[in-house]
Amino acid sequence: MGKLRIIICALAFVLVASVAMAEDYTVSVSQIVEHPALDATRQGFMDYLEEQGLDVKYNVHIAQGNIATANQIANQIMDEDPDLVLAIATPTAQACAQRIHETPVIATAVTDFVGAGLVKSMDKPGGNVTGMTDMTPMDKHLDLMLEFVPDATAVGVIYNAGEDNSVTLVKFLRDACEAKGVKLEEATIQNSSGVLQAARSLVGKVQAIYIPTDNTVVTALESAMKVAHENHIPLFSGDTDSVERGTLASLGFDYYNMGRQTGEMAFRILKEGANPADMPVETLQDLSLWVNKDAAEKMGVTIPEAVLDRADTVLE
Amino acid sequence: MSYYAFIGAVESGFVYGLMVLGVYLTFRVLDFPDLTVDGSLPLGAAVASVAITAGVPPYIAIILAMGAGFLAGMVTGILNTKFKILHLLASILTMIALYSVNIRIMGRPNMTLLGKPTVLDPLEALGIPSSLAPLTLFGTIAIIVVCGLIWLLHTEWGQAMLATGDNPQMITSQGVDTNIVIILGVGLSNALVALSGALVCQSQGAADVNMGVGTIVAGLASVIVGETVFGHRGVARPLIAALLGSIVYRLAIALALGLELGAFSVTPSDLNLITAILVVVALVSPQIKAKVMSRAHS
Repeated sequence: MGKLRIIICALAFVLVASVAMAEDYTVSVSQIVEHPALDATRQGFMDYLEEQGLDVKYNVHIAQGNIATANQIANQIMDEDPDLVLAIATPTAQACAQRIHETPVIATAVTDFVGAGLVKSMDKPGGNVTGMTDMTPMDKHLDLMLEFVPDATAVGVIYNAGEDNSVTLVKFLRDACEAKGVKLEEATIQNSSGVLQAARSLVGKVQAIYIPTDNTVVTALESAMKVAHENHIPLFSGDTDSVERGTLASLGFDYYNMGRQTGEMAFRILKEGANPADMPVETLQDLSLWVNKDAAEKMGVTIPEAVLDRADTVLE
Repeated sequence: MSYYAFIGAVESGFVYGLMVLGVYLTFRVLDFPDLTVDGSLPLGAAVASVAITAGVPPYIAIILAMGAGFLAGMVTGILNTKFKILHLLASILTMIALYSVNIRIMGRPNMTLLGKPTVLDPLEALGIPSSLAPLTLFGTIAIIVVCGLIWLLHTEWGQAMLATGDNPQMITSQGVDTNIVIILGVGLSNALVALSGALVCQSQGAADVNMGVGTIVAGLASVIVGETVFGHRGVARPLIAALLGSIVYRLAIALALGLELGAFSVTPSDLNLITAILVVVALVSPQIKAKVMSRAHS
């Protein structure tokens, strides 16, 4: 009997030890739609946790832009009973926040956390939801544009008036323009097929066009680029992925880095038992300056030396 | 499919079932393909969320939402009957106009209801767990609405509505003004769609101007699946079938969300395709069955 007990104890010890060493975590992801910036966020999140040595099983759900589906995904996630939920973009974050009350929810790529009702305050979220805002410092973006076209009297912006994030961003851009005495021409669209027409409507009225981090416009970025090439208008974007696709420059929001910083927040919750209620909503620490030489040529723009000197990434 | 996904799908089936009943009224009863619904669903949500945020009790808010939906439907009906604009186009015009109207109503594209009072509070106060409360409430409302519509279609006015879709010449010759029937009918349909939207935003935590995208697709798919699976003869049966069709449609989506096919890897972006395939299977299986049966008999 004594021997048997020792063997059982040893087996139990090995079993417990191996379970503890496996470090299995489950993370369920709810993303509103697939596009490069949001996908990069997800990738950054996963890469960070992998580098930290966490063995994570992911359940990735994408709502295909449909809010009813986003809701059903939140139910699906309840069944999966994950250790943490990653919600990418505002509508999916709201759907998760409404259904999931126990599991920590990290929302990312959300602009206005308080306005969307996700947290009580940015410093003290108070519930099971926290995350990272992709609020862009619009005054810095305007300064960058004015460095390229110092005597600009008007700049244009294309956005979907149905996207809460974009409406908030444009509000800040409007304030920044007012402060600088520059006129802001707004072209709004309802779906990605309207981007071409919206871009054309700005031709002749503005000396530069800005594309905020708007899911609908970014989907059809190439239409706006076409207009910028044909009419030699510098086209700027709110994210650096778009610079890679051919916009002139951005003071970057690198969504991949945002994903990594979001992953760092997840790491604190999973590994260190941090409580989302006490974790302030974070903003991206380092903005990086990206410029695209090829785009500058096609848009008939010279990149100022000062910008080239301090650029983090220069695409040929 | 596991517990929450199943409960959630049935719940969605009921709450969007109200919308499906509206689509059934226009599409099948009035023979009026109505795309207004893509706008009137978020309209209902917008009105309800603004009202609730302003302190209006949630149950009053959903009645206001239905009123707004009724007006939106009437606009489509009037554009069609009084101004002779093709029904499809008339409804598209109202739908795109509603996009702007909805943003005006909310003052922004997305309005949160997280932490606000909702229609579900009284149920949760009764001790019904929060995972089952929406199912209970939406199921009850859907069944009441189905009963109400069965009653309505048996009244003289309901018969006029059925006849307007079937044989407008005959009903006009009997002295019924089909224009009025169409205007009120499309209004009623959109009142139900707005009710659906007003309830959806409360269970989901936010009203969003884009929440109507694809409503008509889901509505038509549910009506057709319901007809195929549960039959379409008589007055009461197709209404019940439409509601059940909505549940089947949502279960199909839940199934697609949880689908794992082993070696063949399904990516999240395949969801729309899988959903479409599931609906097609539901549609064609009775035909195939009929063919096999007839071959066996011959």
